[in-house]
Amino acid sequence: MTGGGEPQEGHVEAAVAEELPGLRLWWMAVAAGEQPSSPELKERLRDLSSRFRGAQAVALRTKPIPHAYRVFFRHIGLDPDVARVPVEETVVQRLKDGEFRSRSVLRDALTIAVMETNVPVWALDADAVDGELEVRRAAEHEPLGRGDDRAPWLPGGRLVVADAAGPVAVLFGDVSASHHPTAGTRRSVLFSLQVDGVPAIHVSEALWTVADIVEDGGAP
Amino acid sequence: MSLLEHSQPAFDHRVVVDPEHAARRQLREQIARLEHDLVSTATSAHPHLPLPSIAGRAGPRLLALGELEAVRDDLALRVSDLRAVRARHADEQAAKRLLIERMLLDPGQYRYYRVCNEEIGEPGCKHWHVRPRLGIIGMLAGWWHVKISSGCPLAWGPWRSPRPRIL
Repeated sequence: MTGGGEPQEGHVEAAVAEELPGLRLWWMAVAAGEQPSSPELKERLRDLSSRFRGAQAVALRTKPIPHAYRVFFRHIGLDPDVARVPVEETVVQRLKDGEFRSRSVLRDALTIAVMETNVPVWALDADAVDGELEVRRAAEHEPLGRGDDRAPWLPGGRLVVADAAGPVAVLFGDVSASHHPTAGTRRSVLFSLQVDGVPAIHVSEALWTVADIVEDGGAP
Repeated sequence: MSLLEHSQPAFDHRVVVDPEHAARRQLREQIARLEHDLVSTATSAHPHLPLPSIAGRAGPRLLALGELEAVRDDLALRVSDLRAVRARHADEQAAKRLLIERMLLDPGQYRYYRVCNEEIGEPGCKHWHVRPRLGIIGMLAGWWHVKISSGCPLAWGPWRSPRPRIL
């Protein structure tokens, strides 16, 4: 996996771009893995938890960016009240747990980014990624991820984020188990999806929020 | 900080000649409007109405014309159902507001009636309760009045002071 430092635009398959013209894929590499969070990052997460109230959760879906993702979900055949858009999923988890639970530098940074910008960011182990990322339709019975015989097969036409070797994540869905960053991961690839109605600056802000946090280990 | 610019040119809808493609684009626009209506209808009422879920269609993929039509029709149906529920709630809330007016005008006719904020579509814990003045004396003498509660209970309970005491 090459690249790093600046967000780069990934390729979107022509047929997908024609049907969903607002869809963009952005990715960037950062030096981070699943290391434990610093006390400062945990404190920042606690502050974020205490700033968030139930009333905001209800109002969230009326805001422009979550609404744009909800509409996009409808366009690709997902029900956003069943498969929730990422920011709503994070909020529901916050309400269930009573707080944003700290898990690692990378995961905490992803949580902060999605809550502050409403734009989702995902992370992959950079060593497992082969070439550049793209959005495309999966071929019939194409496996999600590699290096594991139990990798699930995808039905033909499923929208995926893929590298040169194959699908690494379902669009707005599961990331392949073989591409999850682990405690041994030293470099990760962040990627985000921009849809119609989401300004590019918000996607940029989301990626840079994660990059900034992981670079300084969570210190403000 | 660098900004992400759209390096790919936006798809120009004006050059579309395939009528089915244009139909799918129109359906997506209709779905976007209906989704907006669905959310605004659900959140404009108090208490908020639950959003009805619509079955997903086998994971993320490009939907065919018929599938987009089905999504659009499902959404339209749910928006219509939700509006009917909201209208019914509004009627019930208006009736409760009228009841409060009547309770205030003639409390003796509405003995022990109680209406809370939620029933009139307002947030908070306030309620109107028709009770006798001076307890049993008012009950026997027919002295009724509407007591309005002072709001939600204190989070720390009645037995604890909100501020530390200085001894």
